[in-house]
Amino acid sequence: MTSQFAVWNLSWVQRRKLTGLLFVLPTVAFVTVFFIVPLLMTVFMSFHDWPLFGERAFTGLANYSELGKDRQYLKSLDFTFRYTLLVTPPIFLLGFILASLVRRNIRFIGIFRTIFFLPVVIGLGVSSLLWVWMLDDRIGVFNKILLDLNLVTKAQLFLGRPNTAMNVIILSVVWKTVGFTMILLLAGLQAIPDELYESAEVDGAGYFRKLFYITLPLMRRFIALALILSVIGSVLSFDQFYIMTRGGPRNSTISIVYWIFNNSFTYFKMGYGSAMSIVLLGILVALTGAQFYVLRERE
Amino acid sequence: MAATLNRDADRAVNQLSQQQIRRLRRRALLALRYVILIIFALLFLFPIAWSFINSIKLPAEALAVPPTYLPQQVSLENYVELTTYGKIGVAQHVYNSALVALITVAGSIVLSTLGGYGFARFDFPGKNFLFIMVLSTLMIPFQSILIPLFVMIVQVDLHNTLFGLALVYITFQLPFGIFLMRNSFLAVPLEIEESALLDGCSSLSLLYRLMLRLVLPGVVTVAIYAFINSWNEFLAALIFMTDQDNFTLPVFLTTIRYGIWGDVDWGALQAGVIVSIIPSLGIFLLLQRYYMDGLMGGAVKN
Repeated sequence: MTSQFAVWNLSWVQRRKLTGLLFVLPTVAFVTVFFIVPLLMTVFMSFHDWPLFGERAFTGLANYSELGKDRQYLKSLDFTFRYTLLVTPPIFLLGFILASLVRRNIRFIGIFRTIFFLPVVIGLGVSSLLWVWMLDDRIGVFNKILLDLNLVTKAQLFLGRPNTAMNVIILSVVWKTVGFTMILLLAGLQAIPDELYESAEVDGAGYFRKLFYITLPLMRRFIALALILSVIGSVLSFDQFYIMTRGGPRNSTISIVYWIFNNSFTYFKMGYGSAMSIVLLGILVALTGAQFYVLRERE
Repeated sequence: MAATLNRDADRAVNQLSQQQIRRLRRRALLALRYVILIIFALLFLFPIAWSFINSIKLPAEALAVPPTYLPQQVSLENYVELTTYGKIGVAQHVYNSALVALITVAGSIVLSTLGGYGFARFDFPGKNFLFIMVLSTLMIPFQSILIPLFVMIVQVDLHNTLFGLALVYITFQLPFGIFLMRNSFLAVPLEIEESALLDGCSSLSLLYRLMLRLVLPGVVTVAIYAFINSWNEFLAALIFMTDQDNFTLPVFLTTIRYGIWGDVDWGALQAGVIVSIIPSLGIFLLLQRYYMDGLMGGAVKN
């Protein structure tokens, strides 16, 4: 009886193992084919001269050494970092202000939270199409409002000059993404017990003391997460530049992903594009590593 | 005696007024908060509202320089124009986007449910390794492996097909989907399954008949994200679809913006923007709770 049971048990365990493997097999197959293989191929391709059609040739590190000489590539790196540095603070600050405004469950607060979050579910491509039209010098509403309020004397070419192009694109991206940061920070704010603030008030602490001694330290994890997700998103940005400025004026708004896109899918220098992708990958892995480090620390 | 009484009364009056002052101040602050909230809300809604207002102007008015604030006449002409725009009209592109989204949603649900169940409830060799492998996809965004993906998709003749695009979208929904579904299955008490297993129920029918109902909220969340992400995605669609007939909605709208069909028709473009916004906004508004669950489960706890 016992041995019979053991045999049945063993085969049952084995069957369970097999079933489990079968359940995860489709996912593993997808990830292997569409993720692991392309990842390895990116490395492989980066050592080759790889046009879309025709002969491909092994070129060793030639693509990588070309990177150093590619002035537009260096310009794109510089632009992407500048953009990231400029777009992150307003997203974070406004996100924090909004999160503080909607923190308490006063009446109708759900409606406000929803409104601030709405642009997040709109695609960045479509929101860029909306903004490029609002920013137009002839039929755009911003110029109309500025002219009607006598704040400018003639219509502004917002997207026609590098500085203003950067600023208005940042404005559009803040609108589109700040709701996401708001929700993350709201979760952080709501995790702080009210008693802490109450006892601080009894001790006579003002707004800024509470902010710097209670709020910010206690929501460090959420702040770190919001910052890193926003930084990663900015490093990978493409849609807004492709749609709103097409990289202009004078190639001043070409991000890294945009330059990879141009090389790989306009000039079809896919080996070279792969080498750039590897560098981008390195940057992202470093950022994600930083994310895990910051998030793990406190546990 | 009288003096004391007087003092007491004074103090009472004082206290009362202080309480009143405090209450008044609280009310004023609350009112101020609402005022600020309303101003922000109007600013946030403005672009969407402005796009909508312009989409219902007459085409000529939508192109007016300078623009008018309110439509002189409400008209659906821009939407009508959109239906014949470009080579094949907007309907085909809406269909393309919808089909890609549908395949992505179906594929993500099936794979995430099966995989999530497998990772949550079974023990098999290499389980942890495979789980980490799937989640590691989160760390490396698809932008950095687009080139070989394109080369591969061309090799098997799936470029320019909606199916090929959907396969790529499914893959990038998987880490989130697997993570979420695994957690959903882990939250179901073991006892429920054990009794069914002892009754001789097979694993697949157990999943289908019993478990699926219990993890339905997770499935809904996976579906919402798969839909919104694939409906909105731009870069991969731009690269993989080289034939205009197969353009998804956002890529098609970009061709209007660049005036590939003649002068830029801003009225039709805004009609297109509204058509593109409505599905994801509608789904979000209807199923907000599930969306937020996903955000908190996926972003905060991983």
